[in-house]
Amino acid sequence: MSGILIYSELEEAALGLLTKGRELATKLGKPLSVALLGNEAADQADIYFAHGATQAYVGDDPNLTHFQARIYAAALAQMVTQAQADIVLIGSTRRGRELAPRLAQKFSAGCVTDAIGLSVQDQRLVIERRALGGNTVSAKVITSQHQVIAVMPKLYDAEPEAASAGEVIPVSLELEPPATKLIERRSKEAGVVNLEEAEVLVCVGRGLANKDDLSLIQTLADSLGGMVGCTRPISHEYHWLAEDQMVGLSGKEPSPHLYLAIGISGQIQHTVGIMDAKVIVAINNDTNAPIFKIADYGIVGDLYQVVPKLIERLQQELGR
Amino acid sequence: MNIIVCMKQVIDLEQIRIKPNTREPVIEGLPLLFGDFEKCALEEAIRIKEVHGGKVTALAVGSPKLRDTIKEALAMGADEAIILIDPIFQDSDAMGSARVLARTIEKVGEYDLILLGDSSADEYSGEIPPRIAELLNLPQVGFVREIEVVADNDQMSEPKKIRVARDMEDSLEVIEVDLPAVIGVTSELNTPRLAPLSAILKASRKPMHEWRSDDIGVTAEEVGARASVVEMLSNLAPIQDRKGIIYQDVEEGVIEVIKALQQEGVLTQ
Ligand SMILES: Cc1cc2nc3c(=O)[nH]c(=O)nc-3n(C[C@H](O)[C@H](O)[C@H](O)COP(=O)(O)OP(=O)(O)OC[C@H]3O[C@@H](n4cnc5c(N)ncnc54)[C@H](O)[C@@H]3O)c2cc1C
Repeated sequence: MSGILIYSELEEAALGLLTKGRELATKLGKPLSVALLGNEAADQADIYFAHGATQAYVGDDPNLTHFQARIYAAALAQMVTQAQADIVLIGSTRRGRELAPRLAQKFSAGCVTDAIGLSVQDQRLVIERRALGGNTVSAKVITSQHQVIAVMPKLYDAEPEAASAGEVIPVSLELEPPATKLIERRSKEAGVVNLEEAEVLVCVGRGLANKDDLSLIQTLADSLGGMVGCTRPISHEYHWLAEDQMVGLSGKEPSPHLYLAIGISGQIQHTVGIMDAKVIVAINNDTNAPIFKIADYGIVGDLYQVVPKLIERLQQELGR
Repeated sequence: MNIIVCMKQVIDLEQIRIKPNTREPVIEGLPLLFGDFEKCALEEAIRIKEVHGGKVTALAVGSPKLRDTIKEALAMGADEAIILIDPIFQDSDAMGSARVLARTIEKVGEYDLILLGDSSADEYSGEIPPRIAELLNLPQVGFVREIEVVADNDQMSEPKKIRVARDMEDSLEVIEVDLPAVIGVTSELNTPRLAPLSAILKASRKPMHEWRSDDIGVTAEEVGARASVVEMLSNLAPIQDRKGIIYQDVEEGVIEVIKALQQEGVLTQ
């Protein structure tokens, strides 16, 4: 019994995992296949073959309506069994995070979610993930017969390989009706910016006293040619900025050239999101704020004094 | 409605030090606290009880320090607490911890709803809610930021459904769930109350049960280090090489920082 099975409801994530999966499959000597759930799944198999899957296990069932981990885990477990897979890689989207541990439990298997690195060492699959709230990165191996790993969805880019074909294998699923019903889907206010593309990122935290003062932060970002992001309280508690502008463990993890933290204490769940920034600048009126420990440059002072001075000086220096 | 809230005590992550030479974290002796997500789960359980009646039981697995930590849950308003302390639980992986919790929930028996933090502040793995739900064969919903009890037409009977808002990447899904169910919550759900001093003093008078492995019928083959199927090879702080040049004077700082950024070449023209 051996094989790697990939699943994600997000096509981009599944294709990225297949791309990485090709390397793992070669090193571990295992076949690589993909699980596709839902109607018309079989019609989409070609793109997965082009990315390295040699089999596509496809299945549909009227009970696979809205996502419900109990039902989806049951469906996927049936595919794992039919494919005789022992390694399952799932996109660590919100749905994937609910699904992977439940699937693992069905096989009494170990699971790792939010993986940020996969490699093969001594014929074992070594998985990296953050630990201790982001203070550390741990390397783990799963020792149960099955392994279920949810991998950060954008970790691996999708790259098709030279022409390849595969086999579509229908799986007849046996599923119970869900004990849940989708009533409605409310769309969220989306931020106007995509922080992952930012070269300069100005993040603001609870040091900001009023929503109106965001204009000050925006002006600074504009004079640096950058985007505005924030900590969790700003987006999720005060709703001053859109939720996809939050940076950190449970939000975005951009890697800008320049990151400015304004009125941010520097708690690990936030700073873990900007560890890859080239240069970190912090402005905080508390000289003991932890943010200064991870900063390249810092100014201890009231942001309402420092930021206008920065804007003025930047306009003098850069003429904007 | 009878609600069981599973709570994890985590070390105060702000106090973790990193050994500079080895990059190892120093976690021994740090204070243990309940995480924000756990407190939100408990707060919601108390609010539901205040409207619909029933009982709130707080459940936690952990070290002997739980005997203290758990008092906060009782002071906030849990009616009863069950803590699970046993050396054989030590070094359980997520599957082991989920087994202890699920077995305890089965022993408690009477429950309509299981609430817990979607992920814990330290590991943030989100494994426990789905694993408990699988072990108990219940529906589960994670990332929940709103909960509403759906009243039955028949006012006399117990509510059998809740409506939750699940926070997805780009939308909120409003889902109706048949009870019993396992619900993982996030901190947007509510603002947990601070226990008043009088409640803190009275907390130790509320029922608190301390159970061991025999009480719930689990063995060292199922939980703890021996049963763990996830092996940690290393756990180190990432290499961070920051300059740490901090200006205490604002005027000087503004001039020097902009000069430095120009030299670093990070000011896009
Ligand atoms: C499981 C979990 C996941 C989380 N995920 C995230 C995440 O992804 N992203 C995230 O951001 N948070 C996250 N958090 C929350 C995180 O722990 C912190 O609560 C949050 O980052 C703190 O935000 P803050 O720095 O804006 O606020 P605070 O910690 O309150 O800091 C405000 C800072 O502003 C300074 N200040 C005040 N006034 C001024 C002034 N006038 N001028 C200059 N400085 C001033 C203060 O000195 C202070 O340092 C998470 C928490 C948990 C438990």
